[in-house]
Amino acid sequence: MRTIHDIHGGVHPPERKELSQPGRLSDAPLPAHLVLPLRQHLGVPAAPCVVVGDTVLGGQQIAEAQGPMSVPVHAPTSGSIVAIESRPIAHASGLEDHCIVLETDGQDQWVTCVGTADWRAEHPVTLVERVKDAGIAGMGGAGFPTAVKLAPRPTRNIETLLINGTECEPYITADDTLMQCHADELVEGAQILAHIVSADAVLIGIEDNKPDAITRIAAAIERSGADIELATFPTKYPSGGEKQIIEILTGQQVPSGGIPADIGLVCVNPGTAVAAKRAIVDGKPLTHRIVTLTGESLSTPQNVTACLGTPITWLMAHAGLSAAPQQRIIHGGPMMGFAVSDLEAPITKITNCLLAPTVTELPLPEPAKPCIRCGHCAEACPASLLPQQLYWYARAKDQEQLAEHRLFDCIECGACAYVCPSQIPLVQYYRAAKGQIRDSEQEKRRSDNSRERFEARQARLEAGAAAREAKRAARKAAAADKAAEGGFDPIQAAIERAKARKTEQDQGADREPAQ
Amino acid sequence: MVALLTDQPLLAALSALLGLGAVFGALLGFAAIRFRVEGNPISEQINALLPQTQCGQCGYPGCRPYSEAIADGDTINKCPPGGEETIQALADLLDVEPQPLDAEHGTEKEPVVAWIREAECIGCTKCIQACPVDAILGAAKVMHTVIADECTGCDLCIEPCPVDCIDLIPRKSGIGFWHWPLPEDRAPRFDVIATDGTARDAA
Repeated sequence: MRTIHDIHGGVHPPERKELSQPGRLSDAPLPAHLVLPLRQHLGVPAAPCVVVGDTVLGGQQIAEAQGPMSVPVHAPTSGSIVAIESRPIAHASGLEDHCIVLETDGQDQWVTCVGTADWRAEHPVTLVERVKDAGIAGMGGAGFPTAVKLAPRPTRNIETLLINGTECEPYITADDTLMQCHADELVEGAQILAHIVSADAVLIGIEDNKPDAITRIAAAIERSGADIELATFPTKYPSGGEKQIIEILTGQQVPSGGIPADIGLVCVNPGTAVAAKRAIVDGKPLTHRIVTLTGESLSTPQNVTACLGTPITWLMAHAGLSAAPQQRIIHGGPMMGFAVSDLEAPITKITNCLLAPTVTELPLPEPAKPCIRCGHCAEACPASLLPQQLYWYARAKDQEQLAEHRLFDCIECGACAYVCPSQIPLVQYYRAAKGQIRDSEQEKRRSDNSRERFEARQARLEAGAAAREAKRAARKAAAADKAAEGGFDPIQAAIERAKARKTEQDQGADREPAQ
Repeated sequence: MVALLTDQPLLAALSALLGLGAVFGALLGFAAIRFRVEGNPISEQINALLPQTQCGQCGYPGCRPYSEAIADGDTINKCPPGGEETIQALADLLDVEPQPLDAEHGTEKEPVVAWIREAECIGCTKCIQACPVDAILGAAKVMHTVIADECTGCDLCIEPCPVDCIDLIPRKSGIGFWHWPLPEDRAPRFDVIATDGTARDAA
């Protein structure tokens, strides 16, 4: 039995997970249009490889990856491309971004998918390539390109592959449902990923508030006969943070600013493992995902498998949204999610939950009151930071002190803001401060570069001017030398010649009348 | 001599002090020459804080001359591209009071890059000669273009262009440049006492 460690801080918000009936899964109906953003992951957006008017099949690549920190986008069903333009997307900024709009034809014809059942015979590098080609990005929420995570690292061997089935955020049951409904695929996916990173051990960690998922996964491990360890641990928010679950299950801490691979671990979401299994065994790219539709404003909260690109409004209608006044639709969970400004925005690879709460259920934030320095935030912080200090420094825009207090170790879980009696939106301060620091680092790089270029140009101009000046001086000196050496002065000589000619002419003129 | 000094303690003290003064003076004088620092180190530090736009809006031909002027006592509020942030950083470095940006030299604007409407460019190379950071590429009688990553948005290329084919467009636009803003500071309710609050909530 594995020793379970505790993490610092954490909170116990009401879970409300039963609302969406975890374990029951249906397919969402297909909308007439799918809007597929080119940036559904962290990193560089994909570039379209189709044009308006093209007919595409399901599973066909419609946008290709741009470099290593990028993943392609595939058509979730057959239809035709009707637009490639800026459309509203689900983003905290409320800004638009480039999307490919696919008009579905309802036929759902697919390209021929070629998979490999015998993946153990394949080289890990080939498999990583296929994970990338399938467009897989972390499905837990951040959307980190999975192929980058799986790529071999020369510095450190990976000992353990960890499947993070914690799903600690209230309301969300997408991973729970996935683990219950696709347990066998998850177990196979975990083995494939372990083969790719050459991990010796595979560990699946699930919070103890998901008994059905635990039973089904245990049964699936039994059926597969694989050597996979299943660990359960007490429910607490945010145990599902990557660094938190690693500490809970291994007792080791990921170093500040480091990644799990630094201590020999790779941690992935169950959805990502299932997507990897489908990519490799079935040859299918990532085109669908499980989304939790929940909240008291919905008449039938549920989990659905939906095509990527399905508009939020379509799913909300499917789940029977009766919009209350001041209705918010939250993308993600109540702790870390953000309110969507335009419901025409589509779901993406990172959409695990759409939450439609009533105002009584999740009241609108009250105006922040002054900080009373109670210190509850520091007790709740799972990263052992000092949220209150970070708050003051973020307000003062003191970037040095923010770095000193390890702002970048903040996982933005929202536990501090949850316990804050003054309802200060602490996480927004940290997000803003992180953005400002990244911005000023970028500006610093730019200005250093500009200084170098300016100085190089100045040096070149000065060198050019000096060279011209030197040439002129050299010519002048040469002329003076010549004059001094032979006593020959070209000007004097010219004057002499002119005088001589004049005298000659005069003499000639004198002689002329004589002729 | 010794007898004179013992007889006159005042003279003794005076000569001792003078002697010490002469010795340390000589030492300091020697150190000043021996360990002389080339250039002005504070102007280097100031230059590192300036935005390096090289736009000349401060009235000096580039950021380095302005940093030297600041080191010699010029005011720190003449740099519109750096804006309040640079003024604050300079004030911290020089330990002076931050002043508001001097509007005579321009106002703080969002960062821009130059953009050549290439169809209209006649290839005169005038902008290339004006660019302080060599960010414009081209040759005589062929189209020019701006290397956007290197352009500082100084606008020095706008004026020399005989056909006005250069625009300044915002450098940071789109979702990739967005980050969370600081929360708005809504006035906290300092004016209520606890019982007022309950009374209002109950009402």
